[in-house]
Amino acid sequence: MNLVQEASLVAEKDLRIELRSRVTVQQILPFGLVVLLLFAFALDPDRGVLRDVAPGLFWITALLAALLAVSRSFAIEVEHGARDGLRLSGLDPAAIFLGKAAAVTIELLVLETVLSVGVVVLFDVALNAVLPLVLAAVLATVGVAATGTLYGALVASSGTRETLVPLLLLPVVSPVLLGATRGWEAAIDGVPSEAWPWIGLLAVFAVLYTSIGTLAFGTLLEDA
Amino acid sequence: MTLFNPTVARVLGWLTLASLIVLALFGLWGAPPDDVQGDVQRLMYLHVPAAWVAYLAFAVTSLASALWLWERTRSPVWDRVAGASAELGVMFTALTLIIGSLWGRPVWGVWWAWDARLVTTAVLFFLYLGYLALRRVPADADVRARRCAIAALIAFIDVPIVHFSVTWWRTLHQEGTVFDPELKANIHGTMAFTLWFGVLAFTLLFAYLLDRRYRLECLNEGLADRQLRRAIEERVRGAADRDAPKVGADR
Repeated sequence: MNLVQEASLVAEKDLRIELRSRVTVQQILPFGLVVLLLFAFALDPDRGVLRDVAPGLFWITALLAALLAVSRSFAIEVEHGARDGLRLSGLDPAAIFLGKAAAVTIELLVLETVLSVGVVVLFDVALNAVLPLVLAAVLATVGVAATGTLYGALVASSGTRETLVPLLLLPVVSPVLLGATRGWEAAIDGVPSEAWPWIGLLAVFAVLYTSIGTLAFGTLLEDA
Repeated sequence: MTLFNPTVARVLGWLTLASLIVLALFGLWGAPPDDVQGDVQRLMYLHVPAAWVAYLAFAVTSLASALWLWERTRSPVWDRVAGASAELGVMFTALTLIIGSLWGRPVWGVWWAWDARLVTTAVLFFLYLGYLALRRVPADADVRARRCAIAALIAFIDVPIVHFSVTWWRTLHQEGTVFDPELKANIHGTMAFTLWFGVLAFTLLFAYLLDRRYRLECLNEGLADRQLRRAIEERVRGAADRDAPKVGADR
């Protein structure tokens, strides 16, 4: 088996667990929608700020959901010692990293699709420039999923995963929030040309951290 | 058990103390007050050196982490240095932010400005605060060292990206920041001397504190080892006292 086949095997495993347990759809997704609703409570829909800051609200919500998705991705490895099974399976650690990151990416993209509908409906935003919006979302999500998987593995075995992952992950992905928000703002405001530099930044981040994860995951997985 | 030779460490300590006293004298009385800002500007003699030491400390952490990860130079020394230096880095970053805020209030009229450099420093603070939290997660020494070394390098790689993205973001919105490099060109001789002397004094302070923190870490590890050994001894003795023939089966 080559790297891609092995990675898709791992991703398939995670996605199958997700399809059967439906944690993302039944818990993380409603959580995201509630957060969008609460933003309207906090910022008062009558003042008209919601539409202006909608990209920022969307990406904050997506990041919070990503924290939960990453935590979930490693919770399923802790149960019943699944982690040892994964480690002993003989799969390339790089493939395990890519597979788990890919599964998180796919789950988050599904979440973001529904959340963006929520933004359109609740905040009255028109998402017209589809190409820059989708590209920014995909690259940002890959970046967050890669760093999240890396940090998730870093603290997977410790009892403080739920509290430590947010503290470690959020500062690191702050450029992603910045890039994705500015990119979306530019695209929604009808100046896609201003979105492209940010999309470039998101691409650099995604490639960089995917490479680091691919290289470093072997040593991390050895940890008991 | 110390990073430096004990004599060197002692000399370093006295040198640090002396240079800090000289810095205080020059900073408070030797250097003239600023033409525009008056005495408030004297905070610069602490602010700039603290910022320099913060960056230096994070550079040392990254270097030590890389040296630990490289198998030919792997040694617990580098793990301890990385941890000690990160702690100092976080402390000096906090100091930089607090002094900067105190300075900004009378000069800019605000405690905080969304300047690229300020935002980068704040993100840096939280990046390494997370690293320190990770260091406190109990684990086998080797596991912890590997985990922390990788986390330190992830954080280090993130710093230029954060800086670049934040600079980009702020300069797109506002022209010319409060940190105009050209404004710094004209600086009084004594002021320049005090500033550079401050950098030197704080660098000495960093080296001294690094050595102390390193020694403390060694002592802590020794203590943990000793406690473990004692606990094992008590256990063995207790089992032997209870019932001699059953020792082998005792669990």
